[in-house]
Amino acid sequence: MTLFRDDGIVLRTQKLGEADRIITFLTRRQGRVRAVARGVRRTKSKFGARLEPFSHVDAQFFARGGELVGRGLPLCTQVESIAAYGSGIVTDYARYTAGTAMLETAERFTDHEGEPAVQQYLLLVGGLRTLASGAHDPRLVLDAFLLRSLAVNGYAPSFEACAKCGLPGPNRFFSVASGGVVCAQCRVPGSVVPSAESLELLGALLTGDWETADACEERHSREGSGIVAAYLQWHLERGLRSLRFVENAVRREVEAGK
Amino acid sequence: MYEGVVQDLIDELGRLPGVGPKSAQRIAFHILQADPTDVRRLAHALTEVKEKVRFCAVCGNVAQSEQCRVCQDPRRDLAVICVVEEPKDVVAIERTREFRGRYHVLGGAISPIEGVGPDDLRIRELLARLADGTVTELILATDPNLEGEATATYLARMVKPMGLKVTRLASGLPVGGDLEYADEVTLGRAFEGRRLLDV
Ligand SMILES: [Zn+2]
Ligand SMILES: [Zn+2]
Repeated sequence: MTLFRDDGIVLRTQKLGEADRIITFLTRRQGRVRAVARGVRRTKSKFGARLEPFSHVDAQFFARGGELVGRGLPLCTQVESIAAYGSGIVTDYARYTAGTAMLETAERFTDHEGEPAVQQYLLLVGGLRTLASGAHDPRLVLDAFLLRSLAVNGYAPSFEACAKCGLPGPNRFFSVASGGVVCAQCRVPGSVVPSAESLELLGALLTGDWETADACEERHSREGSGIVAAYLQWHLERGLRSLRFVENAVRREVEAGK
Repeated sequence: MYEGVVQDLIDELGRLPGVGPKSAQRIAFHILQADPTDVRRLAHALTEVKEKVRFCAVCGNVAQSEQCRVCQDPRRDLAVICVVEEPKDVVAIERTREFRGRYHVLGGAISPIEGVGPDDLRIRELLARLADGTVTELILATDPNLEGEATATYLARMVKPMGLKVTRLASGLPVGGDLEYADEVTLGRAFEGRRLLDV
């Protein structure tokens, strides 16, 4: 029996038996970890409320085999709250769907449990904090997170220099398969020609230039989101389940007459 | 592995929610050793429930006929609807004897990560019930967890143009407990939902 302690974000919770849950965390030091939290569905549970998706916690794990991964799931025995981003996310449907897509992305990019993914972890913490603060459009926060997640996992798209020959930008053609914009010589079948503003927005989101991003018009951010979604889809084997609800969220806001 | 029918029983039991392989085995051997009349009664209850029980055409609760018992009861207040996730929540609220209105069972909560969106729940049916103006208050009694909160927020936003009184069940301190043992999330909620003490 070994004790571990780590900071983590709760990515997902699943019911187990009568009153338990399996909690999936993205931790600072151990990457993705799944653990059993006993009795947390009972209303008298001392830490059930801290183990909701979007929660940032300091958790203690009790591993049976001496390692956090393998040989049966560890138990999560103590949890202290660092930040409960959920309360700032759940009050707004667009934030909720964007945030859920961020959690799912973080889970998908950390395929191997127990393998440290500290950059992905830091991106998620920062992304959720920004989302919960309400400082920027949730869809932009999500797209920035998706682009940077792709980047830290080795799939950084190029929005200026040609992704194939390095010809300095601006370049007009965008090809998912080529890894970003390409020049007229390098363009491949299936390349699209997005607006210059959309490409500028994506570059700004990747580098964290919020001033440019916030000033962007709706039609360009919409086009940018489509490009990000296509690029993400290309690099993940299966599509994200939660992404289609993000698109719906925008539509519903319009329909509800916001 | 056991022989044919025994293993079949274990497999079937193991598909029930909350029943792991070990429990399935234990229940199967309990059934094997049980009195035949008891087992026949269990089997009868299982087939009866599938044959006779359906979902209320109005609210989505379990029902033995076209409408559930609550919807058929003329004494229930037509002006108030309490929205819950599952039929078992109706049972829990009925036990309190506090609520005299009617229900609407959504069939779950919005959970994008599980692929469950608003269109997968009985939200359209709810909006249809609200359309004629009979209902003046909507009580949102989805679970006090993240998905339940998100669903409640979503519904509140959807019905806003209708001008109803929309309330959310208070979440806060468990009755009978000590304040010092409450976690900060629950305690924070209790602060948000505090009410005027009129003495
Ligand atoms: Zn080129
Ligand atoms: Zn009914």
